[in-house]
Amino acid sequence: MDLAALQLSLLLGIWTVAILLPIALAVGRWLATARFRGKAVVEGALTLPLVLPPTVIGFYLLVGFGPESPVGRIWTDLAGRPLVFSFEGVLLASVLVNLPFAVQPAQRAFEAVGQDLRDAAAACGHSLWRTIWRIELPLAWPGLLTGAVLVFAHTLGEFGVVLMVGGSIPGETRTLALSIYDRVQAFDNASAARMAGLLMAISLAAVSTTFVLAGRSRRIG
Amino acid sequence: MAEGLRVELHQRGPIPLNVSLSVAPGETLALVGASGAGKSTILRTIAGLHRASQGRILCAHETWFDQEHGIDLPARSRRAGVVFQSYALFPHKTALGNVAEAMLELPRDQRHPRAAELLEQVQLDGLEKRFPHQLSGGQQQRVALARALARDPRVLLLDEPFSAVDQPTRRALQMLLSRIRRSTAIPILIVSHDVEDASRSADRLCYLKAGETVEQGTPRAMLDNPETQFARWLNGNS
Repeated sequence: MDLAALQLSLLLGIWTVAILLPIALAVGRWLATARFRGKAVVEGALTLPLVLPPTVIGFYLLVGFGPESPVGRIWTDLAGRPLVFSFEGVLLASVLVNLPFAVQPAQRAFEAVGQDLRDAAAACGHSLWRTIWRIELPLAWPGLLTGAVLVFAHTLGEFGVVLMVGGSIPGETRTLALSIYDRVQAFDNASAARMAGLLMAISLAAVSTTFVLAGRSRRIG
Repeated sequence: MAEGLRVELHQRGPIPLNVSLSVAPGETLALVGASGAGKSTILRTIAGLHRASQGRILCAHETWFDQEHGIDLPARSRRAGVVFQSYALFPHKTALGNVAEAMLELPRDQRHPRAAELLEQVQLDGLEKRFPHQLSGGQQQRVALARALARDPRVLLLDEPFSAVDQPTRRALQMLLSRIRRSTAIPILIVSHDVEDASRSADRLCYLKAGETVEQGTPRAMLDNPETQFARWLNGNS
């Protein structure tokens, strides 16, 4: 068992969820309540990571975050080291790749709250923030949590994008999924099987949790 | 400045409106019209949930909306008690919690006792701890009514209150509204597509056609001596 890879995967998953949760909340609610021209394009762009091959996303991120890119140059000036092939680069890639897993459940959850309840809250004298805090979040949290669980599980299993943007540097960018690949390449199937089993157990637990939450959400609604 | 409610609304689209109406304190006016006549839009505009392109809304000596002078109070500042057609009860709150949500101006410790009083007023005492899904349609409607009264509103707005309830519940609601009218002395505006229901509950009827007020008068006058062809048609077809 590659414990350093396990630790890195868990760290990457936790940070990705922590960064994406407030983004999903804001973007998901915005998309659930706003009507504007080009909304379908925004929703389509957010869904792209679901349909594009990881190598395509990885390639664009490698170019976009590379030392020659504006983002890469700014990062290198600030941090003193390049963004690609670093944990921070992999984290940024992970956040972008996981956007649809976080935003879509949040959007559906806020849509399910319904405009009638928002109107009723306004008629009760609630401000926008109070409506979100007292009415929308208590009803939408199963969706938000579902997104968080999916993001965490997907981050643990992400392979192509992490390999393209981060390489497979032990302790820096080699996650559990990459370590499994390396073990198989080295004909160490026993070790690969243990890590694959662990990933599968975590993923099953995560997906089962989303089904439990979806059931709870239906009962409340 | 109006003591009760005075409404002038004009817009070409998306829903055309050409409305002029007033409701005195303690008076009940029913907006009657076919589906798509703009009844609910007028109600939502008064509550501040929809913005008309032109017009004025004055209520209890306050200007809520005046397009010419750039006044447009948000819904939360208008003190309009609204009973939505779907009731729009907060599903995660009990009956008591739903009513208490509209009492932000009261100190926290006074909200639940006052909410319990209001639930008693609408004959729901004993059901305070039930969630909306544990209540019948008629009971949900009364929770919505208690919630609408909880803000000490300057006007009470009811969107199709008789459309989704059975005959006994309808009768009970009409009696309840009559009691509320006597005890609160605020203008009450009811939206209904049914002339008969409206005439049982309202002091005056206002007939609407494609967002335009066509004819107004007492139920007796509107039913016995309608002046317009449209009023005669509505009397016979609603």
